[in-house]
Amino acid sequence: MQKALLEVQNLTKIFPGIRALDDVHLSIRSGEVHALIGENGAGKSTLVKILTGVYFPTSGVIELEGKPISFKNAIEAQEAGIVAIHQEASMFPELSVTENIYMGHHIRNEKTRKLDWKAMTEHTRVLLSQMKLDINPDTLVKNLSVAQRHMVEISKALSLDARLVIMDEPTSALTGREVEDLFRIVRELRDSGKAILFISHKFAEIFEICDYFTVLRDGQYIGEGEVRKSSEDDIIQMMIGRSVDQMYPEHTTHTGEKILEVRGLSQLGAFKDISFDLHRGEILGLFGLVGAGRTEVVRTIFGIDKADGGSMSIEGKPYNPRNPQDAMRRGIALVPEDRQKQGLVLQMSLTHNISLPMLTKLCWKGLVTKGKSEKTYVEKQGNEMEIKAAGYHVDAETLSGGNQQKVVLAKWIGTDPKILILDEPTKGIDVATKAAVHEFVCEMASRGVAVILISSELPEVIGMADRVMVMHEGIQTGFIDRKDLSAELVMRYAIKEVKEVTHA
Amino acid sequence: MPDNSFSQFVRRTFARREATLMVLLVVLLVPITVRSPQFLSPKNISTILNDMAILVIVAIGQFYVILSNGIDLSVGSVIAFTGMACGMINESFPQVPVGLLLLVGMGIGAGLGLVNGVLVAYGKIPPIITTLGTMSIFRGMTFLLSKGTWVTAHEMTDSYIALPRTTFLGISYLLWIALFVIVLFYYFSRNTRTGREIYAIGGNPTAAKFVGVSESRIRLVVFLISGTLCGLAGSLWTARYASAVNEMATGFEMQAVAACVLGGVNFSGGAGGIIGVALGTLFLGVVTNALPVIYLSVFWQTFVQGLIVLMALALNTISDQRKTRKLLEQRRG
Repeated sequence: MQKALLEVQNLTKIFPGIRALDDVHLSIRSGEVHALIGENGAGKSTLVKILTGVYFPTSGVIELEGKPISFKNAIEAQEAGIVAIHQEASMFPELSVTENIYMGHHIRNEKTRKLDWKAMTEHTRVLLSQMKLDINPDTLVKNLSVAQRHMVEISKALSLDARLVIMDEPTSALTGREVEDLFRIVRELRDSGKAILFISHKFAEIFEICDYFTVLRDGQYIGEGEVRKSSEDDIIQMMIGRSVDQMYPEHTTHTGEKILEVRGLSQLGAFKDISFDLHRGEILGLFGLVGAGRTEVVRTIFGIDKADGGSMSIEGKPYNPRNPQDAMRRGIALVPEDRQKQGLVLQMSLTHNISLPMLTKLCWKGLVTKGKSEKTYVEKQGNEMEIKAAGYHVDAETLSGGNQQKVVLAKWIGTDPKILILDEPTKGIDVATKAAVHEFVCEMASRGVAVILISSELPEVIGMADRVMVMHEGIQTGFIDRKDLSAELVMRYAIKEVKEVTHA
Repeated sequence: MPDNSFSQFVRRTFARREATLMVLLVVLLVPITVRSPQFLSPKNISTILNDMAILVIVAIGQFYVILSNGIDLSVGSVIAFTGMACGMINESFPQVPVGLLLLVGMGIGAGLGLVNGVLVAYGKIPPIITTLGTMSIFRGMTFLLSKGTWVTAHEMTDSYIALPRTTFLGISYLLWIALFVIVLFYYFSRNTRTGREIYAIGGNPTAAKFVGVSESRIRLVVFLISGTLCGLAGSLWTARYASAVNEMATGFEMQAVAACVLGGVNFSGGAGGIIGVALGTLFLGVVTNALPVIYLSVFWQTFVQGLIVLMALALNTISDQRKTRKLLEQRRG
């Protein structure tokens, strides 16, 4: 067997409170396409960021052609020949293809030290023709299609003389034809001796283009193998099979009458034809991998984005939200995915954060005259969530992630919602807080609140939900009742389009 | 959890910029007084305060715009237009009572503020561009209104001119009005829903949107407040300087912004307070008035003001960075 180009051993990365990577191995040879597989949050992005010099590992060894390497920054990684092509192409839309490709490593005229645009344009022309691309080097990038931009990014990697090209979800925005073009180029790169690390959620692609794979789960190395000697089931097992180290609170379902009805909800480019019913006291899990459109669906239900088609009704009455105020009036609360960017005003005190959605009710003619009642209210909500802080007057930014999440929850339960939507409520928080959040969710359901729980953690969805709706690339691919719920089934629906769509 | 509101008040006030400013003021006053003992005479103090009264009214309006992550460059032009309008009304209709004249000034200011607000909130034009344009437009409207002429002292009524100078309990009406505005907006910031929502929009527009705060409404409101206060300032300006000239309050936006920045108002929105703005204004007033004491001509005034703004901004940035680092260390435990 050929010696590895890149060898990663015992790589560990610890962020405050979180072990993002734990003793990870990865071995890639020249001339192979290597798939990196794992659920959301498995540690793939962290690994890529370490390989490209964005993060510095806590411990472990990375060897390139047998020599240990350590990058201080992204430039050093590029110079060593490791180049990543990003999920969302990081390009300069107002500059030409040539300017984009040579950004950061311009060619200068030896004598005059002037930028040698003639040479750069000529090189670009050669690069593009090598890839059999019909793109004029002088075209502005903003005038290129998404697929063409990807190709330009790849050309840039080639111009850097890359030996390892990392592609993070390269096909997510491409059409069938464009994917074929991309794969042609990937094969050409492979045949010319480059190594490619290919990150994808789509099994069909992995089986079509990749030679080897490595599976990560919860930041740990699970295993590797040769794609052609493995079956989909083998890989799914590696992705989901995990030690049961977490207990989920028991909750008996008292599913009440229907409260929310969604029919054929669509939004161009995000999701299509979503239909489901939600009942009082029910926890509906919403599962899907990156780009499945889960967050977009709940944003639309909450009135942040507008639907292009379909209808909704709450308690039998039509519901057509124009903004979050409408949603709140009808009894919906949304705990957003990113608590720092969407959930909290970090410079405001806990008191002001918690009372913010309730100001209408706490105010009398626009005046917070009942300062006492605001205080009482905030303390009641805060104590219920057991927020740990020096006081309610401290700014939200001083709290830990877990406590910030408790503040966001406290702020929403006070609105006494009938429908509670939680988008990744346990992302990036410690185990104790996680358990508290789980208990809180069950408590809400037992009080008759209808809960929609979005989570990328399979065990969480399976442990908590009464029913699970699975989405893939904006389409609902399956509905699974608690009795049939298994990790395999959920993952099966999540990784590929299922033609027949089941309705609840 | 201990949540004593008095200790909270004390901490909020003194752990921040307000305390630094007070210390700086004292540090500044010592050498000045040593050099010129009359500086702290009641007469000079009242001069400084009266000089600053109009500025603090305008700075408070500016404060809300900056708090919402905007800026109002048109304040000087709004003052000029309303000041000119009030002067001309006073000249043509001397029977209009002075109180009503102030209300008319505020009304006109509110109208001009509304123009800014609608352009920003619904036209989605960035505040700096909007008010750069209206700064020019409102100044131009002043010239069109006056046809280039002035309103001079002898064309105005005595009661109007006397207004700022009349005293009550030894304090001028001008200062009483400024104090009233400070107290009113201190209360507004702390105790009204809209006040809270301005902080929320400035601090994190996305999170505010997620709880149903209407961003357009808040953007409209802040410009309405700024316009109304500039209208009030304009009507007082004409009375205080006993003339309405087309160039009045040129460059005043600079001083209003300076007072806010000095007072610790975060330039990217979401943080700051009325007390800070008032102290920032006072600080600016002391420095400006002290220039002759240290034998610097008044020609240095704008130079020094610009310098102070840059220094205050640098100070804000440094303290922000220090705060971020402290937070990171805290989280790491």
